[in-house]
Amino acid sequence: MKKETRNALKKWEFRLAPVYFLAPAFTLFSIFVLWPILRSFWISFHDWSGFGAMTWVGLSNYTKLFQDPKFAISIANNVRWLILSLMAPIAGLTLALFLNQEIRGIRLAKSLFFFPFVINLVVVGLIFSWFYNPDLGLLAALGEKMGIEPIPILANDQLATYGIILASLWPQTAYCMILFLTGLTSLDTQVIEAARIDGAAGWNMLFRVVIPQLSGAAFIAAVVTIIGALRSFDLIAIMTAGGPWGSTNVLAYMMYDESLFNFKMGYGASIAVILFLSMSLIIALFLYSVLRKEK
Amino acid sequence: MFPTPIKHRSPALQILYKMAVPLVLILWLLPMAAILLTSARGNADIISGNYWGWPSEIKLFENYGEVFNPERSPMLLYFRNSLIITIPSVVMAVFFSAMAGYALAIHRFRGRILLYALFIAGNFVPFQILMIPVRSMFANLDLLDTLWALVLFHTAFQIGFATFFLRNFIVDLPYALVESARMEGATEWGVFIRVILPLLRPALASLGVLLFTFVWNDFFWALTLVQSDAARPITFGLQALRGQWSISWNLIAAGSVVAALPSVIVFFVLQKQFIAGLSFGGVKE
Repeated sequence: MKKETRNALKKWEFRLAPVYFLAPAFTLFSIFVLWPILRSFWISFHDWSGFGAMTWVGLSNYTKLFQDPKFAISIANNVRWLILSLMAPIAGLTLALFLNQEIRGIRLAKSLFFFPFVINLVVVGLIFSWFYNPDLGLLAALGEKMGIEPIPILANDQLATYGIILASLWPQTAYCMILFLTGLTSLDTQVIEAARIDGAAGWNMLFRVVIPQLSGAAFIAAVVTIIGALRSFDLIAIMTAGGPWGSTNVLAYMMYDESLFNFKMGYGASIAVILFLSMSLIIALFLYSVLRKEK
Repeated sequence: MFPTPIKHRSPALQILYKMAVPLVLILWLLPMAAILLTSARGNADIISGNYWGWPSEIKLFENYGEVFNPERSPMLLYFRNSLIITIPSVVMAVFFSAMAGYALAIHRFRGRILLYALFIAGNFVPFQILMIPVRSMFANLDLLDTLWALVLFHTAFQIGFATFFLRNFIVDLPYALVESARMEGATEWGVFIRVILPLLRPALASLGVLLFTFVWNDFFWALTLVQSDAARPITFGLQALRGQWSISWNLIAAGSVVAALPSVIVFFVLQKQFIAGLSFGGVKE
């Protein structure tokens, strides 16, 4: 090959590089993530059983949704999840502060504390269902010793959601703990020592000096926890399947139930759209914080 | 260091702390301990209601043998399915994302910030907004209820997070290395394979471990894309077997341990990479 042709080819390779380097990732991502989002919006304006033709119904799926009592229950539960799941960053920070010491075996202790995050939620759900079981659970066994009648938590429409949220806090706290532990190891020691010389200690030190330096970890912990809370599905499917009497439904579970069991794809899609839009706010916040650093 | 190092405190407090750590740890892992212990219980304990005391007889091998016996339960098949789904999707997602990350980090072209933003945002969307179209797409391709559907989908979905992760890592690599390789006549593909990939090794390990647990632990997509035993991964399989085993909690416990084990092993063997990976996307900066 002549030198000029080779150079020309190389120049082309360089110019086309972004295209072919991105092609496999972008193609797959577009087909299975980006396009389905748009398609769900489109489906939400239709009546569709999943088979055959779709019928355009405009916004009527949405008007129906806003009158559906199940939707109100789901939204209320999503709010409960959202608020209560923020216990995870707080508990995670507490655990991280507790474990940020140098004694023998502390590394192993830290990994063991992190352990629940690695276990899949099916197993977590099974464990907690068993815990709560009024006939053979630990809770009932403990209650019996103290003379308390066992409460069937997951069969109680007032308590079931709280029981599931508690289960979700276990792995989520472990995750937040790791984020804060990493944050604590990268604290600016000079600032801490200087504050200590100035007489700062305990709570004062924690809130004025330490927590401000952990804001990065706290932001990620909060964002990931909130997104996790809005996405919550697995534990509900395993522990209660939305019951008793639909009382543990959240948007994610209601959508699945309406689409795959009632064959109301258009209706299901409209629930998905509402869920997507509410999550977009928090996704946008995260994007903003990441992209700001790019400039 | 904060809080004050314990060795600067009174001896009494030090002893208290050293006792408190294992105590809190035991409470924290109580659910796990209960599951492990119960996976070794015999039927007598289950019938008499001894769930929380020491097992009256150890039936560890019998229980796990039952779980893994292909004539009595499809657990082995589920386990195999999970491996067939997880390994290829992690390998493909990591490789394609390394390529995409290279283009996004090294090349300056129009729209690269937008593309980067799409990959990040896509990683956070609720699965439900994808569910109906993805299902009907696989139905049209006749891939519903096959392992292919799960491999393809997981590869595609994990690309969002993986590209975000690797692009950030590549940006921090010394750019001079890329330039000098180019000066020596390397093509872009050559730079990627011979310069970037070797430098990415620690990042690839971290990412691989993370994606392994994400995909292995998936329940939603197994539930929505698969119906038959032939394509069921272990998470969904365990949920199905729970009905069959009903109150044989010793078997359910053994099954749970089996389902949890691979990600637990991966985590403990590659702990450093795992935690580095988790912290990288987040606390860095």
